[in-house]
Amino acid sequence: MTLDASSLQMVKPERRLKRSDRSLAASVGLHAGLIIASLIAVFPVFWVLVTSFKPDARAVETSPKLFNESSLDNYSRILGGEKGAFLTWFGNSVLIALLTTVIAVFLSATTGYAASRFRFPGKRSLMMSFLVVQMFPFAVLIVPLYNILIALGLQGTSLGLVLVYCTTAVPFCTYMLKGYFDTIPTDIDEAGRVDGLSPFGVFWRLVMPLAKPGLAVTSFYAFLTAWGEVAFASAFLSAADDSKTLAVGLQVFVQQNRTEWGHLAAASILVAIPAVIVFYLVQRFLVTGLSSGAVKG
Amino acid sequence: MAEVSYVKASRVFSGNPPVRAVDELSLEVSDGEFLVLVGPSGSGKSTALRMLAGLEDVDEGAIHIGGKDVTNVPPKGRDIAMVFQSYALYPHMTVAENMGFALKLRGVSKTEIKAKVEEAAKMLDLQKYLERKPKALSGGQRQRVAMGRAIVREPSVFLMDEPLSNLDAKLRVETRANIAALQQRLGTTTIYVTHDQVEAMTMGHRVAVLKDGLLQQCDTPRALYDRPANAFVAGFIGSPAMNLKTVPISAEGAKLDGIVVPLSRAALDAAGGLDEVTFGIRPEALGIVPSGDEGMDMTVELVEELGADALVHGAVKIGEGSQRFVVRVDGRTPPTLGQHVKVAVRDHSEIHLFHPESGERLEA
Repeated sequence: MTLDASSLQMVKPERRLKRSDRSLAASVGLHAGLIIASLIAVFPVFWVLVTSFKPDARAVETSPKLFNESSLDNYSRILGGEKGAFLTWFGNSVLIALLTTVIAVFLSATTGYAASRFRFPGKRSLMMSFLVVQMFPFAVLIVPLYNILIALGLQGTSLGLVLVYCTTAVPFCTYMLKGYFDTIPTDIDEAGRVDGLSPFGVFWRLVMPLAKPGLAVTSFYAFLTAWGEVAFASAFLSAADDSKTLAVGLQVFVQQNRTEWGHLAAASILVAIPAVIVFYLVQRFLVTGLSSGAVKG
Repeated sequence: MAEVSYVKASRVFSGNPPVRAVDELSLEVSDGEFLVLVGPSGSGKSTALRMLAGLEDVDEGAIHIGGKDVTNVPPKGRDIAMVFQSYALYPHMTVAENMGFALKLRGVSKTEIKAKVEEAAKMLDLQKYLERKPKALSGGQRQRVAMGRAIVREPSVFLMDEPLSNLDAKLRVETRANIAALQQRLGTTTIYVTHDQVEAMTMGHRVAVLKDGLLQQCDTPRALYDRPANAFVAGFIGSPAMNLKTVPISAEGAKLDGIVVPLSRAALDAAGGLDEVTFGIRPEALGIVPSGDEGMDMTVELVEELGADALVHGAVKIGEGSQRFVVRVDGRTPPTLGQHVKVAVRDHSEIHLFHPESGERLEA
């Protein structure tokens, strides 16, 4: 008997859809859906950008156009300080957001590490309380926090506001980081201790470098908590113009009878830029950080 | 270089009732010795090692390294190096940084660290990989880096916690020999934990067998094999395991199916008033004899061919029930499945008797 290649070949099966294949209609529908969702997400931001170049009088029109007397005037007037101490506010916001990030991440990293590695009485209730405090709406917290700040003599100061932001950022970040630290094998801690590190040395020289993705995500969260926040900032900062943060300062464009939409839009774009930069810096960690921290926690 | 001693050291985990993971362990390890701690899982062998490393508290008793009481000294003050089962390499450091980390912490100069790391790398054939991160290494290479990290330190004691269990079988045998040779060359006191009795027998100068936190016996591999202190050690050391059966005895000896194995006067005295003993005989001390000879009738149930020899598993009637025996036979002429064979004791000096309840050896 002879065998040739063709006789060995199986009858070619009809082309069937594999699990990964889609029909044309499904493909079109899927893409249309995604494109619409993307537009919904992107369009408002895009329109703010368009408006930011228009004079206030042209910002809201019955038949909107992409360009209508557009110029960089709004930006130059804001940055030039004609519409309030924008650069001072910017500086305040940066200072407060960075301080919040540094303090919140340091506190939650140390707390999260302790909760991940050590057994101590009250550990469960501590973690539970972190979860519970996140459930109170901001509005409820303003009065009690204000009283505490007065008692501490910190009302109206940037440091006071930083501590207030930490109360929201620390519990969440602690949870995130505890979850992340749990994924780092304790063998590494032990190897470090045998190699001659103190317990804090293990945390600082081994665990922190390994937790970079988790730290990046929590830093981002802490930064955003402080950066765009309005309610606490307007309640706790002094009324003086040069102590305002950006988010509070933006309110000068919204007056009782008149809103300076063009300037407001331009200022909003300027406010968004630092947040975008921070996001850009941490985005490569975001997926790994969020998934490994949150899921395996 | 240092000797190590456990002085009635215990580790008690709280609970109800509290668990004595290591129970009054007393053990002396002399300078330069290679001691293997072996036992089934949950026997406390790893806990005992971690107590020595300072990673686990010593609740009672004491631990000495080089004559100094280190019971309450943190790990970094004990001058030990440890190889972990998972290797526990620092993922964010290169191989060279991993190996030199302990020296860096001690403030050793960069040039000296480099020289020592290179020397160790040469010994372990790791020179090509010094700039790599651990994730870019194979399992065997990672294992060697973990060894290197320990060697570079030049500690007074090496601690190894199942360092070979993540390697494949062939590499494990190879690395086993390398570690033993390396230890011989460096002459550093080594405590090695394993659950694998073959590793224990082949590597250790002495082997300590643990069970449920209690030290069963500590002796040279030969002595453990020839004179196990109790039925547990007898069954644990040796592969395949010793045949351990409870059999009736009389003044003539131990009664097995069809034969009475004569016992010495001393053995019978030791058995005292017992009418049953635990009778132990290794598979290699049994043999298949021609059908006319005196022996136990065995029905072959399984033949495991190992090449040089074969292991014959079969049922033998003892008293009312039947018991399984394993016999080691010549690999070229094994019996077939279902065959009835006669099995006899080849060497009467290799019979071990144990107390049927306590399991203690009855000295013969």
